[in-house]
Amino acid sequence: MPSRYLWRVTEQPRLTEQNAAVHLPEPFVKWFAERGWSPRAHQVELLATVQDRQSVLLIAPTGAGKTLAGFLPSLTELAGRPRRRPGQAHRGIHTLYISPLKALAVDIERNLGKPVEEIGLPVTIETRTGDTPAHKRQRQKLVPPDILLTTPEQLALLIAAPDARRFFEDMRYVVLDELHSLVTSKRGHLLALGLARLRSFVPDLQTIGLSATVAEPDELRRWLLGQNPPEISTKPAMASLITVAGGAKPDISILDSEQHVPWSGHSARYAIPEIYEAIKRHRTTLLFVNTRSQAELLFQELWRANEDSLPIALHHGSLDVGQRRRVEKAMGENALRAIVATSTLDLGIDWGDVDLVVHVGAPKGASRLAQRIGRANHRMDEPSKAILIPANRFEVLECRAALDANYLGAQDTPPLIDGALDVLSQHVLGSACAAPFDADLLFEEVRSAAPYARLERGTFDRVVDFVATGGYALKSYERYARIRKTNDGMWRVSHPRIAQQYRLNVGTIVEMPELNVRYVRQGRGLAGRGGPVLGKIEEYFAETLRPGDSFLFAGKVLRFEGIRENECVVSNGAGANIIVPSYAGGKFPLSTYLADQVRGMLADSNRWQALPEQVADWLRLQKEKSVLPKRGDLLVETFPRGNRHYMVAYPFEGRLAHQTLGMLLTRRLERVGARPLGFVATDYSLAVWALDDMASLFKARKPSLAALFDEDMLGDDLEAWLNDSWMLKRTFRTCAVIAGLIEKRFPGQEKSGRQVTVSADLIYDVLRSHEPDHILLQATRTDAAAGLLDVSRLAEMLSRVRGRIVHKHLEQISPLAVPIMLEIGKESVNGAANETLLMEAADLVEEAMGRG
Amino acid sequence: MNFSLARVSLIAEADMVGIAGERAVGDPRGVLYFPELRLLAVSDLHLEKGSSLARRGTLIPPYDTGATLLRLQAVIADYQPAIVISLGDSFHDGGGAQRMHQSFRERLVALMAGRDWFWVAGNHDPEAPADLPGYTVRELAIGSLLFRHEPSKIRVEGEIAGHLHPCARIVQRGRSVRRRCFAGDGGRMIMPAFGAYTGSLNVLDRAYAGLFRRESLMAYMLGAERIFAISGSMLRPG
Repeated sequence: MPSRYLWRVTEQPRLTEQNAAVHLPEPFVKWFAERGWSPRAHQVELLATVQDRQSVLLIAPTGAGKTLAGFLPSLTELAGRPRRRPGQAHRGIHTLYISPLKALAVDIERNLGKPVEEIGLPVTIETRTGDTPAHKRQRQKLVPPDILLTTPEQLALLIAAPDARRFFEDMRYVVLDELHSLVTSKRGHLLALGLARLRSFVPDLQTIGLSATVAEPDELRRWLLGQNPPEISTKPAMASLITVAGGAKPDISILDSEQHVPWSGHSARYAIPEIYEAIKRHRTTLLFVNTRSQAELLFQELWRANEDSLPIALHHGSLDVGQRRRVEKAMGENALRAIVATSTLDLGIDWGDVDLVVHVGAPKGASRLAQRIGRANHRMDEPSKAILIPANRFEVLECRAALDANYLGAQDTPPLIDGALDVLSQHVLGSACAAPFDADLLFEEVRSAAPYARLERGTFDRVVDFVATGGYALKSYERYARIRKTNDGMWRVSHPRIAQQYRLNVGTIVEMPELNVRYVRQGRGLAGRGGPVLGKIEEYFAETLRPGDSFLFAGKVLRFEGIRENECVVSNGAGANIIVPSYAGGKFPLSTYLADQVRGMLADSNRWQALPEQVADWLRLQKEKSVLPKRGDLLVETFPRGNRHYMVAYPFEGRLAHQTLGMLLTRRLERVGARPLGFVATDYSLAVWALDDMASLFKARKPSLAALFDEDMLGDDLEAWLNDSWMLKRTFRTCAVIAGLIEKRFPGQEKSGRQVTVSADLIYDVLRSHEPDHILLQATRTDAAAGLLDVSRLAEMLSRVRGRIVHKHLEQISPLAVPIMLEIGKESVNGAANETLLMEAADLVEEAMGRG
Repeated sequence: MNFSLARVSLIAEADMVGIAGERAVGDPRGVLYFPELRLLAVSDLHLEKGSSLARRGTLIPPYDTGATLLRLQAVIADYQPAIVISLGDSFHDGGGAQRMHQSFRERLVALMAGRDWFWVAGNHDPEAPADLPGYTVRELAIGSLLFRHEPSKIRVEGEIAGHLHPCARIVQRGRSVRRRCFAGDGGRMIMPAFGAYTGSLNVLDRAYAGLFRRESLMAYMLGAERIFAISGSMLRPG
């Protein structure tokens, strides 16, 4: 029964005194009564709040009936609306629903349709997504549905159309689903700007935000309302808040394996027999992993163990859409016993009767864990059941910390960041495409969106300048301006073509270049044709394969045949040395909160009792051989090994921050002549190795350890390194596409994304050397610092450990250092080493020619 | 210090490439220098590509012409050639020379002074560049060498061409390295594109079909300090 979670029998109190005034129309009361149901308290409270003309944020755990709550105001109001008389003009949209996922919009349409029909409401509900055919979109413009279900990108397109005002001016409500996941990305920035525009059409528009539990609800409450400019009021406007407490406490355990828990790695292969047994004992098991590669591996291993041929499926974002839909359907029909999934299943889609969640690998965040576990059972009154499977020993600590946090109800969702300038550029161009704009008015409108509340006028003007002529100091593009200020002071699009280009490039999701994986019969090599497409794979991974290599994808072992145009051609594979593709996305850094919990656990031996014996032993051994740092301290160990000297630090700040730190430390060590050779970073620690004895350098205070870890490394060193970093190029490409500097590519338009990659890199090089302060480079650095480099996290850590660095010199490797030492050699070589690779290849030629 | 002499005298054997019996320096910056002829060849400058795209609404930074000229200035300063051949597509479109900012024009004219300068006509710039000195030619034969923009389908020994923007890719120790390259088989040579905004096309692409003797194909990949001669059998498509 698809609508189960919208309308559920509950044991909660009926209408309270306070809500007695709420207007629930007769047909609704009757419909509930016929089924022996009654609305939940928070649903009624939300209805009352909205009927009181307020915007509202509803925070509730999964299974609390959020979606019904969100639509009740619209449905009840639409129920009482007089019917449109024949000949009367069509009414505009009444309610706009926005979700981060297309699938979610489709799901809601299905789930909402049934009760609307049963109650007999005169309400039309339609979706509008990238998949909606053109004729339907056209019709929607002429005859708008009462409730339109759509995505942030579609909203951006709708408001950039010349008829936007007419389309939206009758609107009453905007329902924003899964708001917690929308607001943390650039999509959220685009959406916030879209909302600001909608408010300018409909000043008394009410917003209804639906969210899972977050650390800072006030940030979301601000987000839902138009903000006053700081010179008028410094007190932020906030939507009302309704919070539903969590249901029954989840029943979570950590797998206490009989097997040896590995020192390092992420496969959790050791636990496969125990995971398989758990699947057998439950009806439907949802297995979460953190990356697509882990999903592929786990799926493969489970099928190897699957003696009973249980229906076990795989679901991740790189798989072909058709295959994903089949898995989702089978799941809804309860035809599967287990599903291995990545974050594609994180959001609130109804997934049938899951009675066990298995989390393989550490959860990386307490809130993330709570949300994933919420997937089980979907009834908030019954406890969810979950098992955590740590893949290595540090993950045991992290799982334990996450588990404690979940019981404590701790939240560690990331703080919101200021609105991105590339997104603003896109919006400014979109505004001009809709209608000529006045810069003063647009600035006020943009500032009313919470993420842009702190935007300065000077920055805004630079963005407008960028949209017009590229914003270059060398003013040579005036005659090619995309938008122009005319005599009446209004900015207009200079050519209709500009609006067309804009519409093709809307959105903030910029994919890395990918190739279709085409499956052909074996033995035909690249000449094989016509097989099915299994999904998409990142181009850079395909490029490292040689014909004949075996790799794991879509749950199959595939043989790489070669690359043909935009396709990666594969056939049936076999063999022992199977490669697993890695993906750029899907790696979450350890949250600050969990990191602190892990440090706390290390420092407090009383808490080790909760850990598996082999892990507790490991920590005891560390205490004996080296030292365990206090909660606020940073432990740095040095020891020789082979003909090298190692330094291992344990900041527990996540892989990204550690990578940045590693890069900066090696620069500094190089400068003081320690001759560093390389470094490797994990979520927990960082190892640097050098030819010289770093311990004696520290002892001689050349430099001291404190000086080496001084915060000033975030100044010039960071700047210098950043500029040469490939990460910055990658970020620049994304910013340049979002800002409309270079165009998105579409299927068939290019053989692959390479032309874009190359030219974005070339543009970056030229712009960096000629105009390093260009607004797009500013936007790029801001993005990189926040995302790929985690600079703020590193800065906090460096400041926290000042005067609290504990140096321990050892004759040999410590127990705590073993995991990271095992990672050495797995990391890829960095950019400078490419020349070495070329030299090797050239030397091979020399040798072959007998000249070597 | 006369860097040009230092550079020329320090040329390692590894930097030399052969075309139909002639020997040239394959400079890692993407130019060919024939010491005996004091001849420098450079291909596909694509000057004013930025402004060409800007005309159609893609406002990429207008600094490409300046960047390309700066690099050209550096190689000319190093080799002090008597003859410079710009192998076609010197401008991204026919109006490029006219659009070029006055300061760039002056820099270019200064570079040209005192040498024989040949603009080989390319598909992007079939006509002589407006208001610039130099000879515009369809092709140019010097000794056993023949310089033209597009490589001919019929094999011509000693042909030096551009147009295709060759790059090559190798995979070594599981890592992929892609670089612009000179592509040659001993008989002919195709030069990499020099312009700041020029993309590149793998030498194994079908656009190169029939141009080289496969068994003797070499890609001279551009490194930071030197070129790397990689035999055709080690190259990867894509």
